[in-house]
Amino acid sequence: MKLTLRALLKSPWVFHLSTGSCNNCDIEILDCLTPRFDIERFGMLLAPSIKHADILLVTGSCNRKSVIRLKRLYEQAPKPCLVVAIGECSMSRGIFIHSYNCPLPLDKIIPVDAYIPGCPPKPEAIISGAVKLIQKIKGTL
Amino acid sequence: MAKSVIPIGPYHPLQEEPEFFTLTVDGETVVDIDIQIGYNHRGIEKLSERKTFDQSTFVIERICGICSTNHPFAYTRAVEDIIQVEVPERAKYIRTIIAEGERIHSHLLWLGLAGHFLGYNTVYMWVWKLREEILDVMEILSGNRNSYAMFKPGGVRRDINAEDIPLVIKKIDSIIPTLTRLKKAIIDDPVLHARLKGIGILTKQEAIDYCALGPTSRASGVARDVRKDAPYGAYDRVEWDMIVTENGDVFDKVVVRILEMYESIKIVKTCLQNLPDGEIDLNIKDIPPGEGIGAAEAPRGETFHYVRSDGTNRPARHKVRAPTFMNLPTCKTTVIGETVSDATIILAGVDPCYCCTERMAVRSIKGKKLYNGQDLIRLSQEKTETIKKKMGIK
Repeated sequence: MKLTLRALLKSPWVFHLSTGSCNNCDIEILDCLTPRFDIERFGMLLAPSIKHADILLVTGSCNRKSVIRLKRLYEQAPKPCLVVAIGECSMSRGIFIHSYNCPLPLDKIIPVDAYIPGCPPKPEAIISGAVKLIQKIKGTL
Repeated sequence: MAKSVIPIGPYHPLQEEPEFFTLTVDGETVVDIDIQIGYNHRGIEKLSERKTFDQSTFVIERICGICSTNHPFAYTRAVEDIIQVEVPERAKYIRTIIAEGERIHSHLLWLGLAGHFLGYNTVYMWVWKLREEILDVMEILSGNRNSYAMFKPGGVRRDINAEDIPLVIKKIDSIIPTLTRLKKAIIDDPVLHARLKGIGILTKQEAIDYCALGPTSRASGVARDVRKDAPYGAYDRVEWDMIVTENGDVFDKVVVRILEMYESIKIVKTCLQNLPDGEIDLNIKDIPPGEGIGAAEAPRGETFHYVRSDGTNRPARHKVRAPTFMNLPTCKTTVIGETVSDATIILAGVDPCYCCTERMAVRSIKGKKLYNGQDLIRLSQEKTETIKKKMGIK
């Protein structure tokens, strides 16, 4: 394993980007940080800027106006940067698949490392996704 | 001194809708504000026209995850307005219970975020922990923590089991002591008084001029509430009070939201205790040509839907007017003249979710970076600290 990846395992900081979501996923991500679920025990912390983050959490259906910003943010991210698609919208655009403003699903725009399904995914699902992501980097999954 | 421009947004983790504010500041004082929206555009009105009347409720629910009850509520009322039918009593009560449960969790969510902006992270964590109880209640009642999918034209999709009701009432009662403690901690706190009173004032006249809605207008003394003015659901069958305060500053907006939660708890409890028996659905098959309107009081204000049917099984036109659309422009009067450190909480006071802050950066005209969003929250939190020190409170 690369040193940069191994260093990432202890405290993967996340940056969260909503590309036209309905907020449910965003609120559930925040819920993970609050006392009942407390995802900080895996060292995860919400980073204020993509330049401080190791993981990019993407929610929403990638609409035309936000795709430009999404690409720019991914380019700015220090590599290795893992991308997690949270919720049905960012996986396949879900109910918005026929919308004129959502041309492409997320994984056709930037490479995605993990998918967390659900509309919205429960915080338990997000935590399980986070654990699986860490296992994936370790190579045990 | 040269005027600086602060671009705020458009993206941030905590936000409800990606919005892009441009604050023009002169030193510490905000002199102008400009708002751009459209980062969240998904073509929902058009999508709704592709779906059948029944399927549309699921799209409408996903307009906003936090108002995921009140948009379908207004939409189903609009469809029922076309057919000119009254939904069964039991369905009305169930709709009211879900809508009020949502109001409690939405106000708690806002309160937590407001606490975070003011540097009271304890409030943020406590309130969100409390909010989990309400989400549990909603999960028991509807099967999901957020998007409940309870509404359909003509009634509700799922019934409330009689055996769940005692547990739900117990859970709702259990949040009252914590809520009261929070209320005391927030309303009687001298630091918050110094920090929130008299800032971001929206006068009654301005609230009327800008057509402000919901808690934003009620904090300014405009007694408008769809639930009282044109009762729908079971709101005219239960006793509750409209909370109206006079000052229109951020503190009053906090007070209105906290007190409204008590009213919502009262409504949910009364509805659960007096849940009538009977059908929950009218099983509407055909929708005749015509137009209908529906309004519902969402946590942020009145949400309004217009639906036109041409006799087919799809809406020919569907128009949505969300409350933040009316509330956001009030920032034009409330923010101007205040300091940058107060701007955070004033914009948040409208509850458009101003949490976009963390991705903003202050740049002087020459392009030199002065502050970013994190710094602005820090400024806001430091101001609270300074006030605390002045008052001699640790």
